[in-house]
Amino acid sequence: MAQRELLSGQPVDWQKLKTMYYYMVLSRKLDERMWILNRQGKAAFVISCQGQEGAQVGVALAMDPSVDWITPYYRDLGVVLAFGMTAREVMLGFLAKRDDPSSGGRQMPSHYGLRAKHILTGSSPVTTQVTHAAGLALAMKVRKVPGITASFLGEGSTSQGEFHEALNFASVHKLPLIVVVENNGYAISVPQAHQMSVINVADRASGYGIPGVVVQGSDPLAVYEATVAARERALRGEGPTLIEAKTHRYTPHSSDDDDRSYRPEGELLREKADDPVVMFRNWLTTYQKWDDQQETALLKRVREVVDDATDYAEKAPYPDPSTLLDHVYYSPQV
Amino acid sequence: MAVMSYLEAIRETLRQELRRDSRIIIYGEDVGVRGGVFRVTEGLQKEFGEDRVMDSPLAEAAIIGTAIGAAVNGLRPIPEIQFADFIFPAINQIVQEAARIRYRSNGDFGVPLVIRAPFGGGVHGALYHSQSVEVFFAHVPGLKVVIPGTPYDAKGLLAAAVEDEDPVLYFEHKAAYRSLKGEVPEERYLIPIGKADLKRSGKDISIITYGLMVNYALKAAEALEKEGISAEILDLRSIRPLDVQMILETAKKTGKVLIVHEDNLTGGIGGEISALIAEHALFDLDAPIRRLAGPDVPAMPYSPPLEHAFMITSDKITEAARDLAKF
Ligand SMILES: Cc1ncc(C[n+]2csc(CCOP(=O)(O)OP(=O)(O)O)c2C)c(N)n1
Ligand SMILES: [Mg+2]
Repeated sequence: MAQRELLSGQPVDWQKLKTMYYYMVLSRKLDERMWILNRQGKAAFVISCQGQEGAQVGVALAMDPSVDWITPYYRDLGVVLAFGMTAREVMLGFLAKRDDPSSGGRQMPSHYGLRAKHILTGSSPVTTQVTHAAGLALAMKVRKVPGITASFLGEGSTSQGEFHEALNFASVHKLPLIVVVENNGYAISVPQAHQMSVINVADRASGYGIPGVVVQGSDPLAVYEATVAARERALRGEGPTLIEAKTHRYTPHSSDDDDRSYRPEGELLREKADDPVVMFRNWLTTYQKWDDQQETALLKRVREVVDDATDYAEKAPYPDPSTLLDHVYYSPQV
Repeated sequence: MAVMSYLEAIRETLRQELRRDSRIIIYGEDVGVRGGVFRVTEGLQKEFGEDRVMDSPLAEAAIIGTAIGAAVNGLRPIPEIQFADFIFPAINQIVQEAARIRYRSNGDFGVPLVIRAPFGGGVHGALYHSQSVEVFFAHVPGLKVVIPGTPYDAKGLLAAAVEDEDPVLYFEHKAAYRSLKGEVPEERYLIPIGKADLKRSGKDISIITYGLMVNYALKAAEALEKEGISAEILDLRSIRPLDVQMILETAKKTGKVLIVHEDNLTGGIGGEISALIAEHALFDLDAPIRRLAGPDVPAMPYSPPLEHAFMITSDKITEAARDLAKF
């Protein structure tokens, strides 16, 4: 990470960078707690953001949640937290409780969605959210409301036709859209080389006549700057941008996976040397904006937030079985 | 005879078929080194090489579209869709292409293709890892849809599907993979597609079902036996084509029919079976036909109380059967 006096042309706002670091640490710690709860038998399923926090928080903090929208995917804990979802809301969903704001416990964990916070509900079939995002952006353009939409997906998911269809549509109609590919090198067990014959997903942008930008996910400031630029372009009516963040997947695909059968030995260890959380902390420390004391205080604060969210969600009630048939169709009652 | 799980029966059949016929190739997401997310294809890439067992890009329309092309050009592809819930990106290829190619070419082309996909719920899979999608395909002439309920049938139906000259969808219940065990002969055998199987003979009521529900119905039949109710269980094994003859035979024999499926009620295959019985055996019935099926909600929820409320269990079957027997 390079030294920076300016960030996206503005003097560096150190407070903002500390907020960025806070959300990265919160994402990591909340994610770690989920694995503990899973091992304790309290949650059937975990899917992680670990290794992708820099990319996620870097994009989200460059956006304006009061006017922008996001269509995240299942790894985007860092995105939704930095975009305004609370740790309690996340935990309610993780433990499938009645008051889970994403789905009332109906969906698997990490299938985020909340209208009030401009987070579109997402499904499991990959890549469907990218065409939705283009549609959200289309409505912004047609209705002439300010704002942009950002859509997130993994590199494997770019093999779906809808990735192409969405970018082509958005480019033709110059929609205010940013598509963020979080490239962690794997789609479950399938390495990138079996997924595509290019090194950079962003290279495909030229096929749509739009900018394609590659950033290192462990450098949230580079991600932030790329997003600011893409957002400004979108707001000027010039159309979409494809951002590819090179990231890592520090866990198996999910709690149902065992990655030992397909990950080369030593690879994870090498990738840990590029841990976004550690890299960003070191960078802040180098510029004397961070020290052990602040780190201890932050960890304590994060711990409290995670504990509170866990306790709150554990005590919360499950949905009542009688609600199984609710919300199949519109009803003014429920 | 070896005792195998449902999953092992499928894997060993794939292995036997790959050895037997060099035209067979297997591909799909994660089927190679990882051996599939459920490990059904574990070890197959090692034995048969990357040309015959390969990982595909994450794109179902491409998986099925290319399999159609390969089938037309002399291979016998057995693509895997990782979860039945994710078959929908390929539905255009399956319904508009695979199913219609023979008809539209006036018999000039055929698509010998077996699409394998795990389906079904009760595994905390939530909305998108629990679906029963069989009836979307059962509606389409040109396709065949088979769903084994035992390890023995898993083998015979898979070999028959491979042998078939037309596209076959082969659905495997996820909860059956490791929970169902049974004897499976070593040698190759075919179970004709479209032949149902009487899994239990009885005289008071008929339970018509398929897939994992066969097992649940057998458990229910044991409970009912203790109450003095004798239940006959017909395992459809194929829902397209349906074994009309056996459906009518059992309906006429007991006069009381309970149809069970995990797929949701409205438009489920139970409706078709009811219509067949009503058309051809109405005056042999002693009670209205009864259907026990998944509720009409878009998909299975994740939260345990909701998932439980959704699932068909052997207790629910017992209850419905008891009710019907009393009619
Ligand atoms: C249409 C569809 N097919 C298959 C799956 C099963 N699946 C879930 S995640 C995944 C891999 C996704 O990889 P990538 O896009 O690289 O995202 P990552 O998990 O690495 O962040 C697969 C195959 C799915 N969810 N949707
Ligand atoms: Mg990936």
